[in-house]
Amino acid sequence: MPSIKEHTLHISASTNELERIRHFVADHAGRFGFGEDDINDIILAVDEACTNIIKHAYEWKSGKPIHIQLAMRRNEMLVSIIDEGKSFDPDSYKVPSMQDQLNQKKRSGYGILLIRKLMDHVEYRKRNSRNEIRMTKKR
Amino acid sequence: MSKFEIRKRSKSEVTILDIYGELDAHTAPILEKELQQLIENKFVHIVVNGSGLEYISSAGLGVFMAYIEDIRSQDGDIKISSLKPKVFNVFDLLGFPTLYDIVENEEKAVDRFK
Repeated sequence: MPSIKEHTLHISASTNELERIRHFVADHAGRFGFGEDDINDIILAVDEACTNIIKHAYEWKSGKPIHIQLAMRRNEMLVSIIDEGKSFDPDSYKVPSMQDQLNQKKRSGYGILLIRKLMDHVEYRKRNSRNEIRMTKKR
Repeated sequence: MSKFEIRKRSKSEVTILDIYGELDAHTAPILEKELQQLIENKFVHIVVNGSGLEYISSAGLGVFMAYIEDIRSQDGDIKISSLKPKVFNVFDLLGFPTLYDIVENEEKAVDRFK
């Protein structure tokens, strides 16, 4: 069996915490041997996922929990982020057209697109009141 | 907590915003407020010098998206210069270079308004 190392961060849903989240991810991804470009990709994907939870799952209500778990397997990192807010239906997501967004002065909707571009695999799970986004990045 | 700072200068008719630090969902309102004030005061020839920008997420990119039509409708524009490669990469992933002038240095960005 390959060894698995896990690291967990529990935070309350606030944009105040984004920098701490990024440091946590960068620190462990670096120790796992990812190069700088990959570390930047993972940091941004986790930031986008947590920002979406703060904005959409919890609708900016502070004090709600977000659990981030990093698991290192032989050649990949698994990031699991769990919240207890409104769930996200990935099938309902349509990639926004940049020109349409500009015309309508809209600004959101790109977090999911970035996550998909930055990570190797992304999936969503829902169990009872808990939502989980699971993302992996190969080293 | 994320740190972000804006310093404002002008070169003839162009307002230059030097931005430093990390532009995420926490700090994006600082840039938003600055752009709103510039638009209200009709300073719509804007160069954002990103040489000090260490990080950007889609919340930061969203600020540029939200105000660009207002600025262009007043015959202005936002030109973005001097981005570090890791920051430019995020702009590039979302296709910004096709809709925004993103240039290597501030001088070129200012020249685009001539």
